[in-house]
Amino acid sequence: MAPYILCSIILLLGVYAVVAKKNLIKIVIGLLIIEYAVNLMLVLVGYRSGPAGALGDAPILTQASQETAHFVDPLPQALVVTSIVIGLGLTAMVVALCIRLYEKYGTLDVLLIRRLRG
Amino acid sequence: MNDNNVLPLFIAVPLGAAFLIVLLGKLRESVSDLLAVLTTALLTVFSLYTLTLEAQIYRMGSWAPPIGINLVSDPLSTLLLIIINGVSFLVCIYSITYMTGYTDKPKYYSLLMLMIAGMNGVVLTGDLFNMYVFLEIAAISSYALVAFGTEHEELEASFKYLVLGSVASSFILFGIALMYSATGTLNLADISNVITRNGLNSVMTFATALFIGGFGLKAAMVPFHAWLPDAHPSAPAPISAMLSGLLIKALGVYALIRIFYSVIGVTATYSTILIVLGILSMVVGVILAVGQWDFKRLLAYHSISQMGYVMLGVGIGSPLAIAGGLFHLLNHSMFKSLLFLCSGAVEYSTGTRQLKKLGGLWYRMPVTSATCSVASLSISGVPPFNGFWSKLLIIVGAVQAADRFGPWAYVLAAITVLVSFLTLVSFVKVQRYVLFGGLSEKLQKIKEIPAAMCIALIVFAILCLGLGVLCPFVLKSLIDPARDVVLDKAGYIGLVLR
Repeated sequence: MAPYILCSIILLLGVYAVVAKKNLIKIVIGLLIIEYAVNLMLVLVGYRSGPAGALGDAPILTQASQETAHFVDPLPQALVVTSIVIGLGLTAMVVALCIRLYEKYGTLDVLLIRRLRG
Repeated sequence: MNDNNVLPLFIAVPLGAAFLIVLLGKLRESVSDLLAVLTTALLTVFSLYTLTLEAQIYRMGSWAPPIGINLVSDPLSTLLLIIINGVSFLVCIYSITYMTGYTDKPKYYSLLMLMIAGMNGVVLTGDLFNMYVFLEIAAISSYALVAFGTEHEELEASFKYLVLGSVASSFILFGIALMYSATGTLNLADISNVITRNGLNSVMTFATALFIGGFGLKAAMVPFHAWLPDAHPSAPAPISAMLSGLLIKALGVYALIRIFYSVIGVTATYSTILIVLGILSMVVGVILAVGQWDFKRLLAYHSISQMGYVMLGVGIGSPLAIAGGLFHLLNHSMFKSLLFLCSGAVEYSTGTRQLKKLGGLWYRMPVTSATCSVASLSISGVPPFNGFWSKLLIIVGAVQAADRFGPWAYVLAAITVLVSFLTLVSFVKVQRYVLFGGLSEKLQKIKEIPAAMCIALIVFAILCLGLGVLCPFVLKSLIDPARDVVLDKAGYIGLVLR
């Protein structure tokens, strides 16, 4: 239960930053916090302290043995690596956009960046 | 060629083309035009070839399904593949001339190819996390394409789209993590299997809610639609056509259909949620559209409204309504792409897209005007064009659902008809202000768009009419098999895990 609560709190902190902050960079930081919360969730999902079987067995070694019983699930770690790489691409994209927006509008305040209506 | 080896090509070919186009585009810009058109033509041929095959799966690295990633092409995926690759082909032809107004065409085509690869991947994959990866490929390239003009509005729209889109993606990934923790597998069919065996527990239900939010935002369903009316009009016209005609379908609607029908299983509650989302999108979208004076923004609001039709059809869940929803998905990709390309043609010739500044284009731009009229009639549901038949199926499906929803079924049908009428009203406005009326002083010298752009418009118009006239044939060969897949959850599990 603890990992779910911990990750939800971090995720909601990130959502708060995205929704409530007015500075573009702070919004970007909020996005990153959300992403890290999800990555943390994935890693914690793979953790198990007790014997195997509670969450299904680690893939590839389909037969759980005495040795694998205390292994953490390796799959979420592979997922997190992928997700971090995607996050890198996204961050590069959003920071590039922020730079362009600053060049055009001369400000990072979202309240002043509003030409689109409707 | 071994039959099931064609599936990875849907992802590998556009990915390879994306890199080649940037490399070879440095030599000459026309090389990138040629490569883009050839690639999408090849992909269209592949998707038509897939149509002739049985449902099949491709196991990456030969790992048996619960472990490895697998690509699945059943009739539902094939329907989406044909839409995605066919529309991309026509959009590429249109882009050759249209995009000369922008700098750096090779980068544009490269991003377009990445988007196609992402959408093909989402549609084909049988693995939940893999779906997220492809979704992000398509989404990130679409953020860049929305900002392609790098003017004030484009950048602002792109930033808004990116923030909302990536929050949605994070929610989807959070849902995937929860789903994995609850079921211990990522394979869609295997998850489906576990859920059929053990039922939904609270963690899975929470994951489902996250999926509705995340994919609902990608599909621009109404409480989550705020990004679309900014992002779609700001992009270059061919990209608006891609976003509106394909992206919201492949990333949003298809993913929702697949996850709800093939994996989680649609209960009465989920059915109601989908119907409410659909009705809200239909009504709010069309009401906001009627008041718009910007041509592309008007079309963008109609995208929300028309996606509501698809959601409603799918949500009702009877065979007829689902067939109507899927047929409307196909039809919408045709007429909405055509409308966005027409708006691009108008902007290309006149330099404006404000309805009040236009008028009388019928006399100067006959091809654009004729095709725009065809698309307007289609989207408003006038027989014999394609939009009529799919809306009719959805309405009949809604009425037939009276045994489950009681009098509400008639309310649904009535709202559907009313929204269709409002759609007609707003397109009469487009016709009145853009095509007819007097030609203003400034517009006396405008010319018809170049031939290459006309070809794309004419082919789309023929498809709109053809899909309407050949409706029984299309339903039988394309839509009904896809509908059977949607309704047959056990069949999907059996196909993948056999």
